[in-house]
Amino acid sequence: MTADEVRRAVIRISHEVVEKHAGTEGLALIGIQRRGVPLARRLAAAVADHEGVELPVGALDITFYRDDLSMIAQQPVVKGTDIPFDLNGRTVVLVDDVLYTGRTIRAAMDALVDFGRPRAIRLAVLVDRGHRELPIRADHVGKNVPTSREELVKVALEETDGEDAVTIDRVASDVPEPIT
Amino acid sequence: MSLGVQPTALSATEPGAPSGESAAGGPAPAGAVEVPWRHRHLLDVDVLSWPEIERVMVTTDAMKEVLARPIAKVPALRGRSVTILFYEASTRTRVSFEVAAKNLSADVVNIAASSSSVTKGESLVDTIRTVQALGAQMLVMRHATSGAPYLAAEHFAGSVLNGGDGWHAHPTQALLDLYTMRERLPSGSLAGRKVVILGDSLHSRVARSNIWTLTSAGADLWLCGPSTLMRGFEAWAGRGAAAGRRFHVTTDVAAALRDADVVMALRIQRERMASGLLPSLREYAARYGLTQERLRLAKPEALVMHPGPMNEGVEIAADVATDPRAVITDQVTNGVGVRMALLYLLAGTLPPAGAHHG
Repeated sequence: MTADEVRRAVIRISHEVVEKHAGTEGLALIGIQRRGVPLARRLAAAVADHEGVELPVGALDITFYRDDLSMIAQQPVVKGTDIPFDLNGRTVVLVDDVLYTGRTIRAAMDALVDFGRPRAIRLAVLVDRGHRELPIRADHVGKNVPTSREELVKVALEETDGEDAVTIDRVASDVPEPIT
Repeated sequence: MSLGVQPTALSATEPGAPSGESAAGGPAPAGAVEVPWRHRHLLDVDVLSWPEIERVMVTTDAMKEVLARPIAKVPALRGRSVTILFYEASTRTRVSFEVAAKNLSADVVNIAASSSSVTKGESLVDTIRTVQALGAQMLVMRHATSGAPYLAAEHFAGSVLNGGDGWHAHPTQALLDLYTMRERLPSGSLAGRKVVILGDSLHSRVARSNIWTLTSAGADLWLCGPSTLMRGFEAWAGRGAAAGRRFHVTTDVAAALRDADVVMALRIQRERMASGLLPSLREYAARYGLTQERLRLAKPEALVMHPGPMNEGVEIAADVATDPRAVITDQVTNGVGVRMALLYLLAGTLPPAGAHHG
């Protein structure tokens, strides 16, 4: 995805979110660290632009809720959670850059219910690359990108990486190239 | 008594942060906190580099956010078994570790040696082996003999965290003290700040561990107390200066407190009178007690700290302990956060949960 495609996807998703909710009342956006956070802020800015309403935005670090913490070699660095509003009764839209196995989203939902009882949880992602390992689906998708497991989807955002781009890198492996 | 454990800090090859990184003592540059955690045990602060100390501080920030939640619990240590083994009486440290481990969803066993088979003469090594056979993966230990946790670490397959050994070290206390100072000082940096440790440093593992962290942070550190309770520190300060770790040792309480940014009072124990090191507690209180009058010598916004438990009226006046500048209860809260951070970091060095040990 180019920078323009990212920008248009964000605008489209911001419209979809409001359309699905039939308004902005009770909506809140929570970005998943790391790149979900600037995406959530961009969505909030887009909604403010076309609806004139400032949605509350939070940041969620799911590190402590990962299901693989005891299996990985090193404790991951924690990036910080900041949810400065009450979740109870709100419709929370989780925002992340890539949806892959779904384990990050499961961890995010576990974390959210510790903060309160949202009325509903929705999911908006910039890229859905398939290969779900849990029954999780996104409500709003920027782009569907079919990939093989050997590939690496890299999302770059201006706020974290200096530019907007989504690229697919092939990771070297013994598995032969899939036939497209 | 002591196994002759020397302050290993000064013979370490690693230079003190002040001679190296210019950012020592200040907020970490972005990326500094990405340092991987490689310590399976935390027995003393003197094995930690400044970036590693920074990582503990940043992780503590995250843990304090967890503590502020409606449900102050995360599953980070789910499936991990933590045993707390204290050979010395303690309220705050022992309970603090238990709360910290439980907040991370670990399974906690709390053993007070006074009600265990230690009273029947069971050795330390046998106790460690038993605790391990009962499934403990992490061991938090406090012992009256300096060096005991090092012996435990030799016989324990998991992680050992030192909750205080003899007069030697109290790493979690030094780290929570550092966190508290950085949280409350403007700019969050200790570089150049005057910090005074007032009291019985000779018998204090809190003082020894704080000396390392505070000199690493670039603070202008002063130890003050009666000469009988400061023996040996003058020589240590001299060796320290060669390694870039400067601190002053003085019996002059006015000189020590003048313009101080932080004053930390240490507990005076009644036993010190019995061994002839102090004529009386009343005389100590009169000459070195931290009163409002003495506190006026420090900066108006100076922080007042104490590791607890306090002897109000001896090393610290009651009205100083409840003064708005006293951050003693913050130290307790931050203690839970720091211990959660350390348990989290150490757990990362363990084999996967559910793996069977040999």
